[in-house]
Amino acid sequence: MSTLDTAGGASAATTRSEYASGDLGGKSAGREIKNQIARIVVWGCFLIACVPLVWILGSALVKGGHMLLSPDWWSHSQAGITARRVGGGAVHAIQGSLIQALVTALISVPIGVMTAVYLVEYGRGKLARAVSFMVDILTGVPSIVAALFVYAVWVTTFGFQRVAFAVCLALMLLMVPTIVRSTEEMLKLVPNELREASYALGVPKWKTIFKIVLPTAFSGIVTGILLGLARVMGETAPLLILGPYTKNIATNLFSGNMATLPTMIDRDRTEALQPAIDRVWGAALTLILIILILNLLGRLVAHFSKVRN
Amino acid sequence: MSSSITGVSAADTAPHGEDPKSALEGDRASTGRLGDRLFGGAATGAGLTVIALVVLIGVFLLSQAIPSLMKNEVNFLTSREWVPSGDHPRFGIALMAWTTVISSILAMLIAVPLGVGVALFITQYAPPWLSRPAATIIDLLAAVPSIVYGLWGLQIAGRYFNPVGNFVTDHLGWLPLFKAGGTPQNTIAFISLVLAIMILPIVTALSREVFAQTPGPHKEGALALGATKWEMIRTAVLPFGKPGVISAAMLALGRALGETVAVMILLSALAPGSPWSWSIFNGGETFASKIASAAAEFDSPQKTGAYIAAGLVLFILTFIVNAIARIVIERRKAFSE
Amino acid sequence: MKIQRMSQVAALALVGSLSLAACGSDSNSTSDSSSGSASGSSSASGSESAAGGGEDCGKVAIKAEGSSAQKNAIEEAISSYGDKCADAQVDYNPTGSGAGIKQFIAGQVDFAGSDSALKTEPKDGKIEADEAKKFCGSEAWNIPMVTGPIAIAYNVKGVDKLVLTPEVAAKIFKGQITKWNDPAIAKINSGATLPASDIKVFFRSDESGTTENFTNYLNKAASAVWTDEKSKSWKGKGEGKEKSAGVAEATKSTDGGITYVELSYAKDNGLAMAQIDNGGGAVELTSESVGKAVAGAKQTGEGNNLALKLDYTTKEAGTYPILLVTYEIVCSKGKDAEKQAAIKAFLKHFASDDVQKGLEEIGYAPLPDEVKTKVNTAIDAIS
Repeated sequence: MSTLDTAGGASAATTRSEYASGDLGGKSAGREIKNQIARIVVWGCFLIACVPLVWILGSALVKGGHMLLSPDWWSHSQAGITARRVGGGAVHAIQGSLIQALVTALISVPIGVMTAVYLVEYGRGKLARAVSFMVDILTGVPSIVAALFVYAVWVTTFGFQRVAFAVCLALMLLMVPTIVRSTEEMLKLVPNELREASYALGVPKWKTIFKIVLPTAFSGIVTGILLGLARVMGETAPLLILGPYTKNIATNLFSGNMATLPTMIDRDRTEALQPAIDRVWGAALTLILIILILNLLGRLVAHFSKVRN
Repeated sequence: MSSSITGVSAADTAPHGEDPKSALEGDRASTGRLGDRLFGGAATGAGLTVIALVVLIGVFLLSQAIPSLMKNEVNFLTSREWVPSGDHPRFGIALMAWTTVISSILAMLIAVPLGVGVALFITQYAPPWLSRPAATIIDLLAAVPSIVYGLWGLQIAGRYFNPVGNFVTDHLGWLPLFKAGGTPQNTIAFISLVLAIMILPIVTALSREVFAQTPGPHKEGALALGATKWEMIRTAVLPFGKPGVISAAMLALGRALGETVAVMILLSALAPGSPWSWSIFNGGETFASKIASAAAEFDSPQKTGAYIAAGLVLFILTFIVNAIARIVIERRKAFSE
Repeated sequence: MKIQRMSQVAALALVGSLSLAACGSDSNSTSDSSSGSASGSSSASGSESAAGGGEDCGKVAIKAEGSSAQKNAIEEAISSYGDKCADAQVDYNPTGSGAGIKQFIAGQVDFAGSDSALKTEPKDGKIEADEAKKFCGSEAWNIPMVTGPIAIAYNVKGVDKLVLTPEVAAKIFKGQITKWNDPAIAKINSGATLPASDIKVFFRSDESGTTENFTNYLNKAASAVWTDEKSKSWKGKGEGKEKSAGVAEATKSTDGGITYVELSYAKDNGLAMAQIDNGGGAVELTSESVGKAVAGAKQTGEGNNLALKLDYTTKEAGTYPILLVTYEIVCSKGKDAEKQAAIKAFLKHFASDDVQKGLEEIGYAPLPDEVKTKVNTAIDAIS
């Protein structure tokens, strides 16, 4: 009983009174029924939660699956294709999405990993608490606010164009906290004995972190990066504000427009014609697949690293 | 990995000055070496960058919003008008704030019980072989981009909601909350449902994590005393996980507040000057959807400033909600240690 | 270390997929124009006949931004231009008229598409036409290129033909008439069986040139009912949907729905369109009835500056009064000769008979002959 008291508080008290009124020995029919109802409800919750996922993936497959089977989809852009013309592909958007994700990662990874190193290995006291708090706040910053901020800096203050790099900056704000948190978790898992052994050998702290701690946590960090990428690739709001669409293949981050899968969906969804509708769902399916692959890849890496730990 | 949604750093839990680790880490032994100073400096610099980013977001949004707010001829917080351009700008956020908050709270009210149920399923009920795949499946809901949720709601799922919505407004329409407004699939009620699906993975992931941490003796003790499985959950698992669930709910609320594209696609806007309505079967615009749909027409600093002011309010809202989530988590850590 | 290698493989795979994607191609002109015409495309066939014309092709890529009303039209033109001139790239970004003019004045795009001509009266202390002149170093011209009729599209079971007067339309969109069998509607639709259902008005929730032109029409033609000046944001009643696609889609899925939308969206969604009776008899929306309205417009600019003033209150028989004209705004004399030549070549193609005729099939009205002559003269004068 004492365990229940400390753990349960009020609800434990009600349970006790039930015990007193009912028979104390076997489980009464009423309690057993409640137990079964709870079981059914919990199973029901899970099944209900599966419905939208199956439904969305299913409709994307049915409506967009055939687009992905065409070789053109993976090799051509939409240059010169209008809403009522079939043909063309999504390679401009796929490429744009990947480029932006990669550049975002290149900016975010150093900041994110170093922040995590700071929090785990260096940071103490008020400053570290402030950093940790701000990471949580950054985690919660809506993508539209991140985009507005970059717009306020990049376009209004500096007078630059809306270009792919501005999008990367906005996405960076969303990716950094994800990387910080996952790297931090991993660094904390690195056994202290490893650090101690290294220090005992006279290796400086920075070399210990660089050569022992970070490599040990490497796979976990990669997982965090992949999951962070998965999060930012599906973001649409920053693209609506900062990243105009183009139907052509573009690789310049600092001038001109660059297509991405979300903006391709956004452009074609305003059409009521079948070729455009097919492309919308084709692009949606492609985007879901890319994010799924990144996600699963991340989980796979995490899974294998767990085996070793 | 899902545990990384939020967390508390070592620095937070270790009382200042008496950190057990510091003696082992050779802090002092290494000071003075150039490499250490550089690396330590870089790490601190990265940490400071994060602080600077959040501060800069606030500063920049505020600095661009102020000139427009100064020109505003109505009360920014209480007005329902939105005419940000012209010589006599009149814009207020009352309507947006209501729509944003009510839709997010509704979404949270749907997602939290459901997410807790799913988390209980994964940690307590699922057969071992199903537990991991089930967790992955729910996490995959987070892999579906917002714009796809919007399309799905508009083109596929929405029409199935209309009869449900009409049934509710027909029978409960006498309550101000359920007064019939627009087509059900374009109303706050439906976007709350879609938002609930979108935030479900967050609630589930965090609840799952805390439920899994329930101390074995608590559970075993309950079962040994003859409790059924459900009674064990009610008396051991749920009370232990309560702070975690609360902070999960807050984080999910924060995410729902800022959801943009799905809301923009699904929700009908109200005509200017529409009478105030408390109904959830009514249209509206959230902060995020209003900003996003106007993004193409940011053609004067004054108008842009008005939208940035709205964005600032959203930033503050999510800031508060996330701060609460963090405080609840910190309390729990302090309590359980 | 095994794990480390695994994640390196993962990273490699990511980079690999990226470089693989970099092999993509922009050339859809040769292989896809054939598949395009097979699916009943109008542009592909139009462009093939134009290919023999031997017109000049631009040598540099040009960038334009502006009105979303002309999006489909200019994309058709860009598509067929690309078939003809494989290397001449034109990128049009439909972000809205206001944004287009702003970018043009800032020198960020080579020409702008706008639903209204450059303003000659001051707004926020600046005069658009003067600003543009300052940037160009010469006069900026408004060249009308696309006429987009705005349809009053509705969805009422059993009503195939609906006539509306400006007053009745204004009352419907103001929320003063709320039932389809209202006596005011019945009076001007004597043959029709109107249901007793509610009228559900849908409007554009985003700011748009379409709303601006439609409210301008209501204000001019039914000033007693619609007292608000024209504006880009809606001042009437109803439910707001995002963009043209949103209002068209909502009207399609709602019995009793009515909206104002560009002809192409009404057509694509299979919506019925009301006939407008401005006082000279009911007029159906056809390319002829719209062409008449454009031809009847007064030119307000001088010389090759072809800013037009539409007469929304026209009572002339067979003239459809609700339309918007999209202008391409260009520098008459530019600083970069190659760019100007490229703009000129593209506009020449845009104004050609084949392209203009093709526009008719996607819901725009071709420029009437006399306007087209003026437009061609203006384009020829660009240098």
